[in-house]
Amino acid sequence: MTGSRINQGIQRFPVALIRDFPDKGFPDADQCLSKKQVLSSAVFLCPLGATVSHETIFIHAGLADKSRKSRWPARLDLLQSCTGLFLAIFMWLHMFFVASILLGESAMWSIAKFFEGYFIFGKAYPWLVSCVVGFVVLVLVAHALMALRKFPVSYQQWRTIRAHTKVMRHGDSTLWIWQVYTGFLMFFLASAHLYQMFVWPQDINPYLSADRIWSDGLWPFYLALLLAVELHGGIGLYRLAVKWGWPNASREALRKVKWILTGFFLVLGLVTLAAYMKIGYEHRTSVGEPYTPTWALEKNEHRGDGQ
Amino acid sequence: MSAIDNNTARQNAGQNRQLSINILRYDPSDPASRPRMQEYRIEESDSMTLFIVLNEIREHQDPTLQFDFVCRAGICGSSAMMVNGRPQLACRTLTRDLPNVITLAPLPFFELIGDLSVNTGKWMRGMSERLQVWLHAKEGETDICRIEERMDPDIAEQIYELDRCIECGCCVAACGTAQMRKDFVGAVGFGKIARFRLDPRDARTDDDYYELIGDDTGVFGCMSLLACHDVCPKSLPLQTQIAFLRRKMAAQGLG
Repeated sequence: MTGSRINQGIQRFPVALIRDFPDKGFPDADQCLSKKQVLSSAVFLCPLGATVSHETIFIHAGLADKSRKSRWPARLDLLQSCTGLFLAIFMWLHMFFVASILLGESAMWSIAKFFEGYFIFGKAYPWLVSCVVGFVVLVLVAHALMALRKFPVSYQQWRTIRAHTKVMRHGDSTLWIWQVYTGFLMFFLASAHLYQMFVWPQDINPYLSADRIWSDGLWPFYLALLLAVELHGGIGLYRLAVKWGWPNASREALRKVKWILTGFFLVLGLVTLAAYMKIGYEHRTSVGEPYTPTWALEKNEHRGDGQ
Repeated sequence: MSAIDNNTARQNAGQNRQLSINILRYDPSDPASRPRMQEYRIEESDSMTLFIVLNEIREHQDPTLQFDFVCRAGICGSSAMMVNGRPQLACRTLTRDLPNVITLAPLPFFELIGDLSVNTGKWMRGMSERLQVWLHAKEGETDICRIEERMDPDIAEQIYELDRCIECGCCVAACGTAQMRKDFVGAVGFGKIARFRLDPRDARTDDDYYELIGDDTGVFGCMSLLACHDVCPKSLPLQTQIAFLRRKMAAQGLG
């Protein structure tokens, strides 16, 4: 028996097993393996036959996509783009809501309460915020999972892409490395932030948020998160535009818009963070006391409702 | 005074730049060979291209230097190399557009023959076979006695535009994805698929093209870093073509 015949036989072996076992025997068995070896393999596979689909056996045999290519890569690619788009838009809206503190404590309180359904139901339900946060967590996890497919996953890949960007000095390639850095950072920072908001949604309040940032010492965390989010989201949206060809503008124009937006949201974010730090500093002697505007207090007293 | 006289006068006056050419030297066929950078000094002359520089070096300084040229006019694509970090055609690169210190390295990704010479042809052939980049005529329509159907001039123009690819390999050498993942199709492959997709004589549908590029080694692996588009010596519209293919292939995923 020659080496090539052995290889031929082994390649055909899984197919023969799927097609012909157990009634017709193994057409190529005598060419590839001894009857005893084949039978012992078959005995091993038999219990699996009941639970493992043919498709799975084909994939495991290295025969995936042989009849028709899977449509999943297309869906996963769309999923990565869609989740990224959602998260980027969410992040910008979120920034506007958070920045409402610049218009005063009352404005921020109203927006926080609005999302707790206060102005619809007449009473605040913080779990409504938890629901939104929970959904964002799902989208974030999906996006992270999809983005992982693009990460350099070995030292060799990492070394290669770093050398490539250093040698090429190509703007868009370097921006991608920053997307990897910031994306990786957000696995941890965004998860920690979302967990906090999911578990303690009632703490989204002008004073409680400011206490968290100043008295709980979380301002460096928020600073890092802000930088990571704005850079990642801005670059990501630019990438989406050039990836799908919409809007159909020149890359120079898109890049310009991207940097203007990133700059705007970074400045807005930094000013907002500073505002919370200032409020937190002034509120440091009464940490944990939430803010409620006078008008809401009066209304609640009238109704006999707390907070 | 003519331009040639001017040049001679400048040379006599010692006004020409002294170029420092740093070349990556390595011979994969020699087990003792280790990659190293070797510096050559050469005086710049008028309208000097890197083709002239390398030939001057080989002729007068180092006959062992390996590099490729055929047409010397940016048509054959043989002279693609990394020039100061960017893939470009050496034959079309004028030294006057470069600083005094010039670093030359072989294109990454492709099989290295030696020094600056790489075997792009081997990879291109493999890619062509993998993506079946030839016309798949509609069945029963090949009749050499019949006059071919006329093609819309606009479509012919678009096909011609994509057919200008010279397979130099610059796009693949510039591609971050290809550097990390060696089985990636690369922009040259996408350009060719886009070309046959346009061709009304080709019987293949998007369903067929999905079989060729509908995965992470194909169009969904592209991370849109677009260095391919930026370095293409033929200025092919790679960005729009890849985006177009991505949309069409993504639609297959939804269908």
